Amino acid sequence: MIEHIDLSLINWSRAQFALTAMYHWLFVPLTLGLAFIVAIMETIYVRTGDVEWKKITKFWMILFGINFAIGVSTGIILEFEFGTNWSNYSWFVGDIFGAPLAIEGIMAFFMESTFIAVMFFGWNKVSKKFHLLSSWLTAFGANLSALWILVANGWMQYPVGMQFNPDTARNEMMNFWDVIFSPIGINKFLHTITSAYVLSAIFVVGISAWFLIRKRHILFSKRSIIVASVFGLVSSLYLVWSGDGSAYQVAQKQPMKLAAMEGLYNGQKSAGIIVFGVLNPEKEYTNDEEPHLFKMEIPKLLSFLGYRNADAFVPGIKDIIEGGYEYLDENGKKQSAISTDEKIERGKIALASLAKYKEAKDAGNDSLKIAHRKTLEENFQYFGYGFLNDPKSIVPNIPLVFYSFHIMVALAFWFILIFVLALYFVYKDQIVTKKWFLRLAFLTIPLAYIAQQCGWIVAEVGRQPWVIQDIMPTVAAVSQIDTRAVQITFFLFLIVFTGLLIAEISIMSKQIKTGPKDS
Amino acid sequence: MTTDTTYILLQQYWWFIISLLGALLVFLLFVQGGQTLIYSLGKTEDKRKILVNALGRKWEFTFTTLVTFGGAFFASFPLFYSTSFGGAYWVWMAILFCFVLQAVSYEFRTKPNNVLGKKTFEIFLFLNGLLGTILLGTAVGTFFNGAEFTVNKMNITDPSNPVISQWQTNFYGLEAVLNFHNVALGLTVFFLARVLANLYFINSIDDEVIVPKARKSLLINTIPFLVFFLFFVIKLLIKDGFAVNEGTGEIFLEKFKYLHNLIEMPLILMLFLFGVVGVLMGLALTLIKNSTKGIWYSGAGTILTVLALFLIAGLNNTAYYPSNFDLQSSLTIFNSSSSKFTLTVMSVVSLMIPFVVAYIWYTWKSINNTKLTAKELDEDDSLHVY
Repeated sequence: MIEHIDLSLINWSRAQFALTAMYHWLFVPLTLGLAFIVAIMETIYVRTGDVEWKKITKFWMILFGINFAIGVSTGIILEFEFGTNWSNYSWFVGDIFGAPLAIEGIMAFFMESTFIAVMFFGWNKVSKKFHLLSSWLTAFGANLSALWILVANGWMQYPVGMQFNPDTARNEMMNFWDVIFSPIGINKFLHTITSAYVLSAIFVVGISAWFLIRKRHILFSKRSIIVASVFGLVSSLYLVWSGDGSAYQVAQKQPMKLAAMEGLYNGQKSAGIIVFGVLNPEKEYTNDEEPHLFKMEIPKLLSFLGYRNADAFVPGIKDIIEGGYEYLDENGKKQSAISTDEKIERGKIALASLAKYKEAKDAGNDSLKIAHRKTLEENFQYFGYGFLNDPKSIVPNIPLVFYSFHIMVALAFWFILIFVLALYFVYKDQIVTKKWFLRLAFLTIPLAYIAQQCGWIVAEVGRQPWVIQDIMPTVAAVSQIDTRAVQITFFLFLIVFTGLLIAEISIMSKQIKTGPKDS
Repeated sequence: MTTDTTYILLQQYWWFIISLLGALLVFLLFVQGGQTLIYSLGKTEDKRKILVNALGRKWEFTFTTLVTFGGAFFASFPLFYSTSFGGAYWVWMAILFCFVLQAVSYEFRTKPNNVLGKKTFEIFLFLNGLLGTILLGTAVGTFFNGAEFTVNKMNITDPSNPVISQWQTNFYGLEAVLNFHNVALGLTVFFLARVLANLYFINSIDDEVIVPKARKSLLINTIPFLVFFLFFVIKLLIKDGFAVNEGTGEIFLEKFKYLHNLIEMPLILMLFLFGVVGVLMGLALTLIKNSTKGIWYSGAGTILTVLALFLIAGLNNTAYYPSNFDLQSSLTIFNSSSSKFTLTVMSVVSLMIPFVVAYIWYTWKSINNTKLTAKELDEDDSLHVY
């Protein structure tokens, strides 16, 4: 039996969750977006009766099916890992987090798994319109499942609609709509799914470009490029808009994450946003080294994007740790930020109050019980800090977050360029001859996957050490199991998922090389 | 324990939903049972193709039901989720690995360039069928025989070790196999899955080689199924059970608790008896009368029987997840459930279940109204073939 939770258990548990989540997210975006692209293509087929569109639909559907299977395979483990590796988390917020998960199962998974069967087995068994409806419902089912889990994730970034119950030692849902319609949850959902649409569109454009380079399936490829580029371009524009919304919310609710995204150690008024930069590896928040070895920035833009005011003060890592800067609270009132040391102290008061509340309750001392409950409630917003000892532990991995953020943003604009050029060359009827562009489009496919992974690194590494912002750090969320057990399962997942990934890439490549079949 | 009757009703309702999902899952494990029969019923590649495709059209339902079962358990009884999954780590991880392997195997098995080869994916399917069923059954066995854990919600106030649910053996759940009653349930589920798979093949495949073999296999698997099932049920009914004092919430051992539960809840006793009769009727019709409809009777019977077993594990003041290490840490539907508000919200959502069942039913009738044949798999170019 384990007497104390040690750091290696937390790190291995985090590593395992990161590994399984990142593998899962290699496959999910393509499922989310390709489902809609296929549905759009099939709609054109049903409306025009042109069998070429049926051929196009069926080809992309085959790739969708292969990808879907491995997405399902890697997904099951994530749901159960909340229990296996983060058991305290499961109890502490299960009352809120579990509900979206259950609703996801009832509403989305069954819709997806039922209608995908019609998509694949129903071509000659149901009417064209019912088949088309099934394709759309599969797409909606897949995206609906993303809604619930991303709303749950959004809630972890900014917990709302709940209250801590000292009798059950957990957070309990007080308002379902606050949880579901949390601006952070909704924005996270929209930003994530549109990024998935962009990846899918890049995938279709890239594979079609490969056919054109080889002078194969010209009509098929051109039509695929048109559908994917329009879909991708519209999604990209929304992606940029929702990205701005995400960054704004991060500035308001997770200032440490924003500071990490920009490598901002000392807060500034009229802060600029870094377009390109190299971090100084010697920089610590406690020394006076320059944070960047090199940087190109747009003046005032970070203040403007983060606070909608070009002259606003953006706190840096040092400010957040040491406190003392002024900010506007949720009611628009000016407040002075307290230091992390003070937050830790108040967190420890909250923990002690909870223990004393229980003792008073067991002893039947009502007045003491009420007093401790009051102290707990006054300090609960810093509950998670009570598990920390060192203020520096609230600083996430700066290089990982900084570079991931900048790579993600740069790639988003690169994808827009690809879509615009693709549409332009199709419009000018030059796409077949633009070999340089076709090669570029094909080579962009892995970049879309890199952008996806970077996005999740920013979101999740950027909020460390919190599992639930300010309320529960990883150290308080982890299951009490032997570190060796987690190490073994980590490597088992690594081997199995890598093997399956290789198999998938090989199968996909073969299907692509074979090309579309006449239906 | 709460005295709020609405809350108690919600807790019971959600235990019923969990039980129903568990029962549906056990029925749908016929897919896993079938996966262990691919080689014994399919001696040639053509026959294996038919068997795999017959199962391949249903695997996602089993998978989705398992995921929904997990999600619903998390949402309605989160303390079970944190205690069992976070403690019996090896058992649940082994189960999950089996299902991870299954999910890709149908789609990848016959695809060109699948790297691992067709046989490897067939082995994955076999492992999922063998271990998935036995381990799931064994894990559920601990609902009646207990596990080794403690629960102390105030541990959260200790920053050096804030874990609320702590497992008390270094085997992290594997010790469940040391209790033969647990294993007997695992083996019951395994052989039941094979029995149901044979009934499913008889019902859904039109093939002159496979169907007679399935009938023979049905008889062979029925015998161990009945032996293990009877052993499990008889032992269950005569063993001490984990009762809850209605007033204080104290857990204590009660002689013949599960037998008492059946007697004190006659509706559940009837469910159980109807269920057993249904399973036997399906078997008898198929084995004696050469019927092809046995799956409907045995399937419905399985659902009713398993539903009744889950219900007697958690209702009538019974601890559904007992702790042998510390009796008072045992989980009941009262001390492990979500809040009244959350259960209410989810109950509203659960009203959609009939609608979900209806569209599943309609959809499957639309695309699955004829028996699967080799001809269909070979000649219909539009068909997605595994």
